[in-house]
Amino acid sequence: MSVFVTQLFNGLSLGSIMLFIAIGLAITFGLMGVINMAHGELIMVGAYATYVVQQFFAQYAPQSMDYYYIIAIPVSFFVSALLGLGLEKSLIRHLYHRPLDSLLATWGVSLILQQMARTIFGAPNVAVLPPEWLDGGVHVAGMVFPYKRLFILAFVAVSIFALYMYLNKTAAGRRIRAVTLNRDMAACLGISTQKVDAYAFAIGSGFAGLAGCALTLLGPIGPTIGTYYIVDAFMVVILGGVGKLIGTVLGAFGIGLIGTLTEYSTSATMAKVITFALIIVFLQWKPSGLVSMKTRSLD
Amino acid sequence: MIKKNWMYWLFFLALFLAPFYLTEFRLSLLGKFLCFAMIAIGISLIWGYTGILSLGHGVYFGLGAYCMAMYLKLEASGGRLPDFMEWSGVNQLPWFWKLFEHPIISISFAIIVPVLLAMFLSYFTFRNRIKGVYFSLLSQAIVVVFVTLFIGKQEWTGGTNGLTNFSTVFGFSLSSPLTQIVLYLLTVVLLLSMFLFSRGLTRNRFGRVLVAIRDSENRVRFLGFNPTTYKVFVYSLSAAFAGIAGAMFVLQVGLISPAMMGIIPSIEMVLWVAVGGRSSLIGAIIGAIVTNGAKSFFSENYPDIWLLFLGGLFIAVVLFLPNGLTGVYQSVRQRKKQGEVRANEASSHVLQRVSRF
Repeated sequence: MSVFVTQLFNGLSLGSIMLFIAIGLAITFGLMGVINMAHGELIMVGAYATYVVQQFFAQYAPQSMDYYYIIAIPVSFFVSALLGLGLEKSLIRHLYHRPLDSLLATWGVSLILQQMARTIFGAPNVAVLPPEWLDGGVHVAGMVFPYKRLFILAFVAVSIFALYMYLNKTAAGRRIRAVTLNRDMAACLGISTQKVDAYAFAIGSGFAGLAGCALTLLGPIGPTIGTYYIVDAFMVVILGGVGKLIGTVLGAFGIGLIGTLTEYSTSATMAKVITFALIIVFLQWKPSGLVSMKTRSLD
Repeated sequence: MIKKNWMYWLFFLALFLAPFYLTEFRLSLLGKFLCFAMIAIGISLIWGYTGILSLGHGVYFGLGAYCMAMYLKLEASGGRLPDFMEWSGVNQLPWFWKLFEHPIISISFAIIVPVLLAMFLSYFTFRNRIKGVYFSLLSQAIVVVFVTLFIGKQEWTGGTNGLTNFSTVFGFSLSSPLTQIVLYLLTVVLLLSMFLFSRGLTRNRFGRVLVAIRDSENRVRFLGFNPTTYKVFVYSLSAAFAGIAGAMFVLQVGLISPAMMGIIPSIEMVLWVAVGGRSSLIGAIIGAIVTNGAKSFFSENYPDIWLLFLGGLFIAVVLFLPNGLTGVYQSVRQRKKQGEVRANEASSHVLQRVSRF
């Protein structure tokens, strides 16, 4: 029983991380149809932003080191969001109707960002020390639930809730949804689709930054941290179905649970292979993913 | 025909004569690039002509390379277990390694294995009309699966180090210059035949159906063609090219590791074709040679700048040169032609006026 609960918890924990790395993609890929291969590097930027905030605190305010993480969360969001906004204005804007080209161009961006990180922070990984109040864990009936993982779960839940409220309850969020559903009609109704695209891309990038901030709790960070996660993130979005947030949530927790359950019975390598194989098999049955927008268009 | 395409023939003639004017080091480098050019032809066929962007060709290249490398490894070990197996505590040769004791089987497997995988993958995805970006990302997932497997099953594949330390092929020493020249010439012959075969393919009805699929797949379906068959065939053909390229690569470079079949090499393969011009077969070959030449130049001389350069190249090609180098050549030639036409018109105009008087 306790083994089962632990595995379930690990699955949820992995799922929440998957969700975090994929949610930004769900916006840029799902809503806008842009393949942003630099998404992983935006995660890296968020992680390094957290590292910089920590270094800053260690240098100038060592007495309040406990709270650096609270500052790091908005900082990582805004740094990545600004970078994303700049990227949209300079590059993505030209590629909206050429998804395969956007893939190549953003891959180029990701290479440049990686090299810049290597030049600024050095090639070896840097360690971010999690705040002390996240050490330890809750003990329940002989099982340990680490605070870090619980914190990430809560962090993801709050972020997703905030995103949901933004998209559904605010005027700006509704404009994003309107453009997603029918770009031409939204434009006819007077919505500036260019502006909406730019904001949506910035928000998606900001969520990548938040994911990077969360990843610093789990281990050291390096210039290539993004490439580890990018394929997983795309798998989550494809499995979940494009265009609906709830699909991404289901896809992430589905992959997280499958991953930890197969890892328990085989090895980490085989778990990855089996998970991906199951996704490919599943797509044979439902090519548009778990939850997809109904459409009657042909292409 | 020959007159019109004299540049192609000159290009291949230059490749054939390369052993006479290149040093041993440069020749082996060129041989490596020509292997990459084989992959590029295949990618040009599926991406430029059929509109399928595959980010998984590293796997087909890698499978071809490993099939050849397993044979070379067994030949180098001379009847004993390969060294990495001893280190990993394996006492008996796994059954599937035994198959690779025979050269003919190894060479045919270098083609059959990638083709089977490509057929399997593409049949199921194309039949379900998974296409465009989704196919690209799925093919990328395949790369992750295989790289993870090859690194994880260290006792069978040599892990991250891959397979290396070969000595002979069919009894000929791999390090002797003569063997290397023969292998180089074989590469050129294979490349030329792949080029001619693909050119023949794209110039008849088959090629026109491919282009039609690229431009509007549904219309092709409504006209009574089955796009799946065409797509599966051309995708598997490109996998075969990549497999052969892998086998020739191992023979000339003497090394294969999972890092050469990962996500980064797979995307770089697409870049070669994009640089050369995606819908031009000769452009793909030139793109592979030029990009890799630039890569070895930059990474030797400025290792730090190389990634910046590569990244900038991706962005620049997509934004400014959607048709690659051959696109530039064509538009320059067209402009020149238009200029000539305009000049002719202008002069005839003058003549008319003159004749009026």
